[in-house]
Amino acid sequence: MNKEEYLAAQRNEAWREAVRKSKKNKERTDIPRVRMNELDPDYRSRNKEEVNTGLTAEQAVIEAQRCLDCPTPTCITGCPVEVNIPKFIKNIERGEFLEAAKALKETSALPAVCGRVCPQEKQCESKCFYTQKLGKEAVAIGYLERFAADYERESGNISIPEIKAKNGRKIAVVGSGPAGLSFSGDMAKYGYDVTVFEALHEIGGVLKYGIPEFRLPNNIVDVEINNLKKMGVNFITNCIVGKTISYEDLQDEGFEGIFVASGAGLPNFMNIKGENLIGVMSSNEYLTRVNLMDAANPESDTPILSGKSVAVIGGGNTAMDSVRTAKRLGAERAMIIYRRSEEEMPARLEEIKHAKEEGVEFMTLCNPIEYTGNERGRVTKMCVQKMQLGEADASGRRRPVPIEGATEEVSVDLVIVSVGVSPNPLIPSAFKGLEISKWGTIIVNQETMQSALNNVYAGGDIVRGGATVILAMGDGRKAAAAMHEYLNQK
Amino acid sequence: MNKIVGKELFSENVVKLEVEAPLIAKSRKAGHFVIVKCGAKGERIPLTIASADTQKGTITLVIQRVGVSSRKICDLNVGDEITDLVGPLGKATHIEKVGTVVCAGGGVGVAPLLPIVEAFKKAGNRVVTVLAARNKDLIILEKQMREHSDEVIIKTDDGSYGSKGLITEGIESVINREKVDLCVTIGPAIMMKFVSLLTKKYNIPTVASLNTIMVDGTGMCGACRITVDGKTKFVCVDGPEFDAHQVNFDELLMRLGSYKEVEPQNR
Repeated sequence: MNKEEYLAAQRNEAWREAVRKSKKNKERTDIPRVRMNELDPDYRSRNKEEVNTGLTAEQAVIEAQRCLDCPTPTCITGCPVEVNIPKFIKNIERGEFLEAAKALKETSALPAVCGRVCPQEKQCESKCFYTQKLGKEAVAIGYLERFAADYERESGNISIPEIKAKNGRKIAVVGSGPAGLSFSGDMAKYGYDVTVFEALHEIGGVLKYGIPEFRLPNNIVDVEINNLKKMGVNFITNCIVGKTISYEDLQDEGFEGIFVASGAGLPNFMNIKGENLIGVMSSNEYLTRVNLMDAANPESDTPILSGKSVAVIGGGNTAMDSVRTAKRLGAERAMIIYRRSEEEMPARLEEIKHAKEEGVEFMTLCNPIEYTGNERGRVTKMCVQKMQLGEADASGRRRPVPIEGATEEVSVDLVIVSVGVSPNPLIPSAFKGLEISKWGTIIVNQETMQSALNNVYAGGDIVRGGATVILAMGDGRKAAAAMHEYLNQK
Repeated sequence: MNKIVGKELFSENVVKLEVEAPLIAKSRKAGHFVIVKCGAKGERIPLTIASADTQKGTITLVIQRVGVSSRKICDLNVGDEITDLVGPLGKATHIEKVGTVVCAGGGVGVAPLLPIVEAFKKAGNRVVTVLAARNKDLIILEKQMREHSDEVIIKTDDGSYGSKGLITEGIESVINREKVDLCVTIGPAIMMKFVSLLTKKYNIPTVASLNTIMVDGTGMCGACRITVDGKTKFVCVDGPEFDAHQVNFDELLMRLGSYKEVEPQNR
């Protein structure tokens, strides 16, 4: 049975038909899209509680009724891990919330994470019948996903996906971020003996060190990791493949396949004057201190510089995470400095909206050109160049060009540089025989994620250079399917 | 994991720990460092590896009590465990036969200098080691250094051991009497700055091993960045060793003080 036939068979089950017939389509499309429940901006901007509080069961059931259970569910094509979206939503509609969670876990190793951090508006929801054909707001697939995953977790009845008989074959995974976790879940389901090697002291990669608690609480990530442990995945922290153990060591230990998901390591800086002053740092450093090292907690030994006037350079999700963190750590003025206009910002609309509600200032069409500091070397001022939008560039966005002579001085005591990352050179330099692009990413077959070394597959930011959690998870899933096939033929 | 199997007090504030870490012991080379974290709420700090015993599967670290985190590590005893230990990190020292090498170490920098002295000697070089400290009690690893060096010169600030004076004077005395092909220096940043200024005057290639603030130690955070030859470099992945004559030591010294005002003991 191929994918389409499987989906059709599932859709033809009696309960699905009954749910579909329980309401007229007109009744369904008349329901307005649910609004996410959120904490009050003034309250939430002073603590690290999760901003979105989720849907109630009642809200979720009503929202689920909006879904038309289309015969050709285009939403699924918008999902990098191809969640069977109508199946889980219709389970919510009929009140079978645990079944909904099971449906999610057929293809997604981390539904509670995806329900929170995926840019659904650019993926599944952009392919929803409502968006495509009705000109209405999409079914809130992301909110519903989160609801089902949260319901299952809070119920205490967490289901463990079905696992094939152990085949005794050893697989190594480098990195425990979203790509590595997604790959591990699928390989464990196929019956492999999976070991994940993590360089840091915590498992979860960017989900732990990068994304703040107010957007993705650590305990939610831990529950998903525990599920993988229950599925038999082994995790080894404080172990750097390429340093602590080598590619050759892994082969000697009998690992037949290796999945490299080591992430995008090096933070980019702008190479402008004063960038090495005290108080200027990468978003990676700032967020790692706060999220992974808990530096804002007085009991933590890791120090953090607090700022009264904080400038975050960049317009992506990481920039939003940084500026909202600064606000929570007591910044009186927290600013986003972005060289294009708000329209071109890569951050999710929800993050921009939340940041604004929390009092973050947006200085768009501004680019820092120099920082100056006091006698102790602490940054005190930033000079920004005003920009205007010119012709469209290769990315299709209008290129920002400086307005000659238009500069402005801004008082700052903390600057967080969030202008992207470059791939970590550690693995590319430690695995002889890999093909590396001029950007330092590992070159793989786009279909299979297989690298130039037959037994090495790769995915996530080490291949893409800098992408999203769900694209990394999609890579993990694709690599697992392809590696499984490759090893079976061997 | 990471159990402490040996502890020796070099002085009141300088401790040598021998730690179980078989994988690191096997893969480390001279010049490598590790990241150590003590306790669930501990800080990640870099420490250079002084030596390793592949038979026993242990590495040796020498730590000076300077702040909250180093104090926690110094207070550990035999049988205790280091919560998190990861490595080896950084690039190994480039070892080759060049002729005469002066290895200049100050304070606890002498510990990571030992494997470098050993390696240069083994590669067939004439090795003159200069050790310096405030007083006799703070001179460490002298015996081991003598085993692997052709000559050891000792300088103390107060003249309580060796001859009175600074490390630079010890190095200059060697330069004045024989041809020096390479200088390797490890110690406090301010000391390395002056060693570098001296050898620059004599045009002697010099390598400094830098110890900066780090969080992950794998290139991810950029806390360790410094300026070398006008370009920003990361000590954790590009170093820790650099051409000393190209390092902006003043910026390094400034950045080492980044968290001075907010360190836990000052909160």
